[in-house]
Amino acid sequence: MVIIVIAVCALYASPNLYGEDYAVQVSASRNAEVDTRLFEQVKEQLQQDGIDIKSIALEESHLLVRLKSGDDQLVVKEKLEASLGNNYVVALNLAPATPEWLEGLGASPMKLGLDLRGGVHFLMEVDMKAAITRSIEQMEDDFRNSLREEKLRYRRVEQKSDRVDVQFRDQETLDQAITFLEKSNPGVLFKDEGDLLMTATLSELRLKEIREYALKQNITIMRNRVNQLGVAEPVIQRQGSDRIVVQLPGIQDTARAKEILNATATLQFRMVDIEHDVRDAVEGRVPPGAQLLMDRKGQPQLLDKRIMLTGDHIVDASSSFDEYGRPQVNIKLDSEGGNKMSRGTKDNIGKPMATVFIEYKPTSEKDKDGKIVFEKHEEVINVATIQARLGNSFRITGIDSPAEAQNLSLLLRAGALVAPISIVEERTVGPSLGQENIELGMQAIFWGLVLILAFMPIYYRKFGLVANTALLANLVMIIGVMSMIPGATLTLPGMAGIVLTVGMAVDANVLIFERIREELRDGRSPQQAIHHGYDSALSTIADANITTLIAAVILFAVGTGPVKGFSITLAIGILTSMFTAIVGTRAIVNAVWGGKRLNNLSI
Amino acid sequence: MRIFDFDKEVRFMSLRWPAMIFSTLLILGSIVSLAVNQLNWGLDFTGGTVIEVGYQQPAKLEQVRKQLNEVGFGDAVVQHFGSSEDVLIRLAPREGVKSDTLGDQVMAALRASGEQVDMRRIEFVGPQVGEELTEQGGLAMLVALVCILMYVAMRFEWRFGLGSVAALAHDVIITLGLFSVLQLEFDLTVLAAVLAVIGYSLNDTIVVMDRIRENFRKLRKGEPEEVINISLTQTMSRTIITSGTTLLVLLALFFKGGALIHGFATALLFGIFVGTYSSIYIASSVALMLGISKEDLMPTEVEKEGADLDPLP
Repeated sequence: MVIIVIAVCALYASPNLYGEDYAVQVSASRNAEVDTRLFEQVKEQLQQDGIDIKSIALEESHLLVRLKSGDDQLVVKEKLEASLGNNYVVALNLAPATPEWLEGLGASPMKLGLDLRGGVHFLMEVDMKAAITRSIEQMEDDFRNSLREEKLRYRRVEQKSDRVDVQFRDQETLDQAITFLEKSNPGVLFKDEGDLLMTATLSELRLKEIREYALKQNITIMRNRVNQLGVAEPVIQRQGSDRIVVQLPGIQDTARAKEILNATATLQFRMVDIEHDVRDAVEGRVPPGAQLLMDRKGQPQLLDKRIMLTGDHIVDASSSFDEYGRPQVNIKLDSEGGNKMSRGTKDNIGKPMATVFIEYKPTSEKDKDGKIVFEKHEEVINVATIQARLGNSFRITGIDSPAEAQNLSLLLRAGALVAPISIVEERTVGPSLGQENIELGMQAIFWGLVLILAFMPIYYRKFGLVANTALLANLVMIIGVMSMIPGATLTLPGMAGIVLTVGMAVDANVLIFERIREELRDGRSPQQAIHHGYDSALSTIADANITTLIAAVILFAVGTGPVKGFSITLAIGILTSMFTAIVGTRAIVNAVWGGKRLNNLSI
Repeated sequence: MRIFDFDKEVRFMSLRWPAMIFSTLLILGSIVSLAVNQLNWGLDFTGGTVIEVGYQQPAKLEQVRKQLNEVGFGDAVVQHFGSSEDVLIRLAPREGVKSDTLGDQVMAALRASGEQVDMRRIEFVGPQVGEELTEQGGLAMLVALVCILMYVAMRFEWRFGLGSVAALAHDVIITLGLFSVLQLEFDLTVLAAVLAVIGYSLNDTIVVMDRIRENFRKLRKGEPEEVINISLTQTMSRTIITSGTTLLVLLALFFKGGALIHGFATALLFGIFVGTYSSIYIASSVALMLGISKEDLMPTEVEKEGADLDPLP
């Protein structure tokens, strides 16, 4: 049993020995696909350029090109970027060189933390206050319009920090207004304050929804932008109620990363120019007052230069299905946007309207101040025929697929951020430091191990060798378990944790061996001494380790980043060391000394 | 081989009053130092920006300071880190300036003279995050102590529980005191180390207490003081060997692990010393002073012990 457990751990620990290949990873951006065609294209091109590659593989969502040397990495990246264009994202990566049969078993090397790999860690905070203020502003706007529409006369509507006050002229209108507004504004609490004053505040539930929405929206946008950065394995996660963690391994240029993460995207609604011929425009005769843009399928579209509405009026966009089960996107505008839309569409019923997505994409060039030059990138994401005069909520139908509808609604939302975001924590580790940290950690583990391995046989003779075997097995198990658990990452403090466990792991054996010596001193026979030694040390070892485990678990629960890494290795180390030191050594001891008549023990 | 051969009991407890006075003095000293000097809180807790840069040749700190002064970072703390080629620059959080761009500004200033400067690490922590971490850290320490108190009280006896927690508090306060007196930087990894010290010291204490309990039951006669002395003597060689092996690996960590985990290794090295001492003198003395006796440990324990062992991995 012991041998099996250790063998399994050794098997799963083994991918760590194979190291990593320099690789370039190609994934599709918005409107492209990673398929065999791309595979052939990339392969052909690399052959043409005479670059020596190890392998090309089509993986789940990306194409992975393994290279023989690190020098080729940048060259290949630049060449592929140039030839594949905007539709694909090319990223540098280090791919584990685990053999296939091991990968088939689900074995993979340990994940390294940013402090060992190099990269950037951002903690971003969403400005929830701004999100809530925005909804209150909108509420004010909305009340004014709907009360006017309902012909409920008010003296004034005023926005206070966390509420909207409406002053009426008489009690009757106030009552009517409350009944009316309550119906159309679920999630808003209305209260008659006396003196003909009505206040409206957002309910707890609604506030929670707003916060949740702001956070989710920001996460989606971050994900979109990080994809443009070309990072191989980014992590974008929410942390707590208003924070987002963004981890970009391997990114060196933080300034660039930050500019991209803070980049803006906007939307415009514009009419399609149907009076002129698109073909003429494609040939270079673009009529004045019009602009030629490409849509997502690469088809040219001739648009009116006048902007009917910009994306910052969009309050919400979501995808759903219409009454015939076809995908659609529902858009809600604020009241000013609704008015503009209404005016703009009044005379254009039956004509096509285009939605243009404008992004500022970073280029590899820099201007004279060293700032990155952003390229304005306009794209028509949708053309739809106006069916009726539009107000502050309308929908776009005629979309090909539900996935497309979802994507469109996401883009629409990305056009208007409800809450700004700011960086509250940043940790950048250069690649040289990461490599150095790995080396230092390995050295510390090595020397700690050597010292213990030398000491134990001197003090406990043959039993010391048994403890050494257990210690080595323990190290293999820690690495094996760390590689097996998907969420476990190895950090520098984590390596310190391994060093510490190496020192403490022998404790269990020390306890047992001291017990055996005592029993021998008390005059028991060697076999009895071994037996008693193990038995009576057991509860002590368990108690002692459980308390350390408690400390490790608390560290894990409270700690972040590096501290978590430490607590994981500490906890795993405690568990594996209990196994190897108690069960493991017992097995060896039984195999060596068991069943024999012994006169003395080498302890 | 055997270094320690205690055939007779060593009368540890006869020294318990001097030890208590010694410890009390240390604790008082630590508290005074913590109050006067305070801890040298690291970036994790204060917020601010730390930039580590690497030069090709040994760096001249004066020149770096001058360069930073020119661009308005006169308040920066500049020092060597680990080696003379590496320079650590610390900036306090400042108002008005978008703090997340400070790192890039500093790098630009250092590179302005055309020198080859290698960015090794930039860390920026917003002041609010720092505050939260401080709260969380304190909370972690408290929760750990309470959980351990509960476990020991449940597993042994409340007097032992209090004794071991007193020992832990003793270790934590004195370790913090050392960091305060020497003004070593106290960051998140050091906090982790302090918690590991708690775990370790407790490990030691439990081993001793386990033996005390066993001896109370086994030895027919015996004053509490005598039983504790016997137990301490019996566990002495184990205590010293384990502390020894742990200290060995920590020395490896201290000398080989690099500058980033120096504080971590220091806290543990010192903590293990104090923890070993406290499990001998503080934990058992407190239990003794609280009047632990044979009767307290006799009943119900026998069946409980077996029952408790089963769920262990």
